[in-house]
Amino acid sequence: MTNPVPTETRPVQVFLPHRAGLPRLVPYFSNLWKRRHFAVELSRASMRSAHTNTFFGQFWLVIGPALNAGVYFLLVSVIRGGNAGPDFFMHLLAGLFAFNFIQAVMSNGATSVTKGGNLVLNTAFPLLLLPFSALRTAFFRFVPSLIILLGFFIYFDYFGAQSQACDAVTGVCEELNTIHFTPIMFMAIPALLLIFIFAAGLSALMASVQIYFRDTTQLLPYATRIWLYLSPVLYYADQMKPWMLKLEILNPLYPLLGIWSETLVEGTIPPLTWWLGSAAWAFGSLFIGVFFFMSREREFAVRI
Amino acid sequence: MIDEETGATIPVAPDRPISDEIAISVQELDITYRTTFEKKPTLKQAIVRLGRGKRSVKTVEALKNVSFEVNRGSVLGIVGHNGAGKSTLMRAIAGIVPPTNGRIEVVGRTSTLLSLGVGFNRALTGRENVILGGLAAGLTKDELEDRYERIAEFAGLGDFIDMPMNTYSSGMGARLAFSVAVHLDPDILLIDEALSTGDAVFKEKATERMQELVDNSSTMLLISHALRTIINMSTECIWLDHGKLMMRGNPEEVVDAYTEFVHVKKTSATMNDM
Repeated sequence: MTNPVPTETRPVQVFLPHRAGLPRLVPYFSNLWKRRHFAVELSRASMRSAHTNTFFGQFWLVIGPALNAGVYFLLVSVIRGGNAGPDFFMHLLAGLFAFNFIQAVMSNGATSVTKGGNLVLNTAFPLLLLPFSALRTAFFRFVPSLIILLGFFIYFDYFGAQSQACDAVTGVCEELNTIHFTPIMFMAIPALLLIFIFAAGLSALMASVQIYFRDTTQLLPYATRIWLYLSPVLYYADQMKPWMLKLEILNPLYPLLGIWSETLVEGTIPPLTWWLGSAAWAFGSLFIGVFFFMSREREFAVRI
Repeated sequence: MIDEETGATIPVAPDRPISDEIAISVQELDITYRTTFEKKPTLKQAIVRLGRGKRSVKTVEALKNVSFEVNRGSVLGIVGHNGAGKSTLMRAIAGIVPPTNGRIEVVGRTSTLLSLGVGFNRALTGRENVILGGLAAGLTKDELEDRYERIAEFAGLGDFIDMPMNTYSSGMGARLAFSVAVHLDPDILLIDEALSTGDAVFKEKATERMQELVDNSSTMLLISHALRTIINMSTECIWLDHGKLMMRGNPEEVVDAYTEFVHVKKTSATMNDM
């Protein structure tokens, strides 16, 4: 037993009613930062317990998304026919992987607080760490799928260059493969960052919704599947019907996945409006998610 | 002190002057929260209820205008019926549930040992749960590394410490929880009905450790339905009834008033478990 700490060094904690339903922000966020290691350790531990760190666990993280992409490729390119070039294939792959990441963040985030059980009941800490930890886990599970993308990039860049379609009459040849490494690809990094920020907000939002409606996780797969079909993943944005295109102003994934796919796959710089739209959705989601979570947080310990 | 009935050792109140310094100050504390009747609220039920025009939310006034102070080094026993607000009071002092009105000041680090224990994620090992619980409570990694061996040794779980917690018996979980709580070197230890867990050997060890903490002038708040424990361990006692502070004073007197109020005779059964 260590001797009791001298009085001067004992921290004085004062608990007061929340102002306008929110805890005091400065201490809240400073606590959040101080205890960030908890979120990291929790994410690590849950990945360990899911055997993500074993060889076959890692292997599955690569194979799973690849199979998933294969299924959709079969559906939209082979069965339905139409887009089948390498550029569409890469658009599909990149879009699906990013979408899967968002989907995983939503479902992991949703259960993050309800699964916190005794810890939430017995320990005073900023609960926002829980959905953020889920975000970290989902991100580390997403990273291996980037390796698949890289593999295909190398393949198409190296072998794809020879495939040309030459007009028999004019003799003009057109290169079928547009997949090449370009410096523009680096702009996919800020695009991914915006997707990450957007997902962080969703994670916190879903975690709070799950407290009130425990069947959220059961309903989510249906909602996300519709969201996938409404987003330019399985097709290009310019293939959308005009009425759908009008509605896309309401779809955060339209600009977010748009800038991701354009910079990464098509090697073109998306218009500024897409960037601004993406940033607005990303930070809007983070702001709404975090503040909704914090405004409800005081109820969590009595509701779970 | 030895319990005549069970032969178990019961820790006793510290035999020393209690400091004038205030460790916990609760001022005009109200806690009201809204919760649901349903065990697991779902959207499906919400929609069904909407059709019938029912609401499932109820407002609970857990604490009403409660004020008291606890001096450093004292052991405060809390008695009251189920749902009197005892656990809510502990949670408020631990900072888990914020006040609706009023103010709570706590000097020093608190460590909670509320009845539900430490293992929050039963898929993770005991070790992982200890580390995560400590990090969440605000300890640094270094501080935890220092304490980890002591915690594991005291809990005495052997190889189980590296097994997922869903392989533990309930007693083992409680032992680990107790071990964590007392090894965080708290200035204030909050104990909610945790003494009745664990086997005889562990109980003995736990008692010793509690005595040590009490003697080292840690402040302690103790909820127990075992009134004998309250009388023996506390230097002071409060009685809560439906969220109101009914009485505060000498443990023996408060327990007497409480038992009289609920019309139970002080039999050995009620004294050990009520």
